[in-house]
Amino acid sequence: MAIFALKRLGVAILVALTVSLITFSMVYISGDPAITIAGEGARIEDIENIRRFYGFDRPIFVQYLEWLWNAIHGDLGRSFSLRVPVADVIFERLPTTMLLGACAITFGLTLAIPLGVLAAVKPNSIFDRAALTLAVVGQAMPTFWFGLTLILVFGVMLRWLPITGQDSWWNFVMPAVALGYNVAPAVMRLTRAGMLEVLASDYIRTARAKGLRPMTVLFKHALRNAVIPVVALAAVQFGFMLGGSIVIETIFQINGLGYLAWESIQRKDLPMMQAIVLILSIIYVVITFLADMLNAFLDPRIRVT
Amino acid sequence: MAETTISRSTLARAGVQTAEEIMAPTPGAMMRRRVFGHFGLMFGGFVLLVIIFMALFANVISPHDAYDQQLGRKLIPPIWHDSPKATWSHPFGTDHLGRDYLSRLYHGAQVSLLIGFSAMIISGLIGTILGVMAGYFGGRVDMAVNFLITTRLSMPVILVALAVVSIIGSSLNVVIWVLGLLIWDRFAVVMRSATQQVRSLEFVTAAEALGCSHLRILLTEIAPNVMNHLIVVATLEMAHAILLEAALSFLGLGVQPPTPSWGLMIAEAKGLMYFDPWLIAIPGVALFMLVLSINLVGDGLRDVTAPENRS
Repeated sequence: MAIFALKRLGVAILVALTVSLITFSMVYISGDPAITIAGEGARIEDIENIRRFYGFDRPIFVQYLEWLWNAIHGDLGRSFSLRVPVADVIFERLPTTMLLGACAITFGLTLAIPLGVLAAVKPNSIFDRAALTLAVVGQAMPTFWFGLTLILVFGVMLRWLPITGQDSWWNFVMPAVALGYNVAPAVMRLTRAGMLEVLASDYIRTARAKGLRPMTVLFKHALRNAVIPVVALAAVQFGFMLGGSIVIETIFQINGLGYLAWESIQRKDLPMMQAIVLILSIIYVVITFLADMLNAFLDPRIRVT
Repeated sequence: MAETTISRSTLARAGVQTAEEIMAPTPGAMMRRRVFGHFGLMFGGFVLLVIIFMALFANVISPHDAYDQQLGRKLIPPIWHDSPKATWSHPFGTDHLGRDYLSRLYHGAQVSLLIGFSAMIISGLIGTILGVMAGYFGGRVDMAVNFLITTRLSMPVILVALAVVSIIGSSLNVVIWVLGLLIWDRFAVVMRSATQQVRSLEFVTAAEALGCSHLRILLTEIAPNVMNHLIVVATLEMAHAILLEAALSFLGLGVQPPTPSWGLMIAEAKGLMYFDPWLIAIPGVALFMLVLSINLVGDGLRDVTAPENRS
């Protein structure tokens, strides 16, 4: 287990470093970042000043190492537009996005896992068909359009839920549903496939033959094993959600990291954009690492490879 | 007894078919039966063909110029609305600048399909090459490709795409390339495991024993056997690219106005949706139907070509 954990940790750190390199070079895709900041029609002297002020005139790898060194020490630079340290703003907004993500994944899982179990218990039944149809429909629904439709139906026509803001728990219902239904199809398919496989195995037959109650067999013996791969998928999906929250937060005007990202992209606030991409990637790396560890703990077979 | 001792192989050598063989459908007939009996594939295929037709002949079938602004006829409701303003001249109504909504919908199909298809080709090339190499050579190559996939997955697609597009500046080509360079991960994952499976089969070992080159084995032994996986991922990724383009355009960093893109149409109508919900309903339903049909075709192709892989 220790060797497995160390190996995975090594890969995770390497991935994080590669991501930081890509994130750093993102600013240079357009060529000269000073020109990007100065905007069109800027004077040569202004561009020169910007270049010197932000240190773009030094060799790129020196800039990268310095940026990385500072980032490791919690200094992600200063925002071009807000004139404050980027890290302060990000960590102020991060909890909102994490909360939204947690609500969304909870919604997605509580919708998908029971449906997956139900579909697997009675394959090809009406439940199975309904669950699969729901999965196909869910996969094709554009998130932003679904969000707007929710606003229109539950916010404007029925007036059940507040449309924007983040003052109460009610504000998070629609964003969490809009963001969370996205993970449901994949989780449902995986739960269903896992349950089908487990239910056909010998130890389930043994459990049934012992005369255990069907519910005990289903939930205590079968679901526990079937749900192991779902852990890894849920972690991956949670990471995707944090990235995808940019769309949902803009629609529902939730003051989280996604909204901040959108604002900084609009203002071409390069350090802020870099920092947000970096932070979200690192969170993803950490979450998937923890999920791998949890998986290896739950299923000893994984540790061997 | 004598006539019954003639074995099947003797009959086959003599070119005589047994009753079961004559009655049994040919492989082609079996395939046709599976294809035409698959509701999802038929429905998805039909919808997709309709949308492709809309895109190809947008210029011919559009009742009006999709770019022609006439403020005098703005926000005409669609024909099914019980309103005196509704007119058959604009069956889907007009937008806030008085442009015919149906014509813009046709032209939006062009944008969605063009971006979806091109981004899918680019990402398919990258992902397939990486995945096949990893699955075929294994070892260090496999480790390197796995590392690339993990790194790619850890970066949030929409955010990176938005940031890059905003730095380079938005255009149709930029959106195609950025999406294409970002979404190759599923191609790589699927092609890697498909190649690994085929690689371990006897006929590949036989080809190796005969001294075939890697290239020859990859092209003549591996490629035909992973093709069905490739087609299925290709459809799913095309749908993925179309959704991402719509999201980018919706956030204002995809296709730029006045080009009609379904995501952009929804963005332009966002402020008016409380009063005229059909403005976001029409392009939204179109987008949903397009993505749904592509997904159904993908799922259907998988069921038909490899029923054992059905999830």
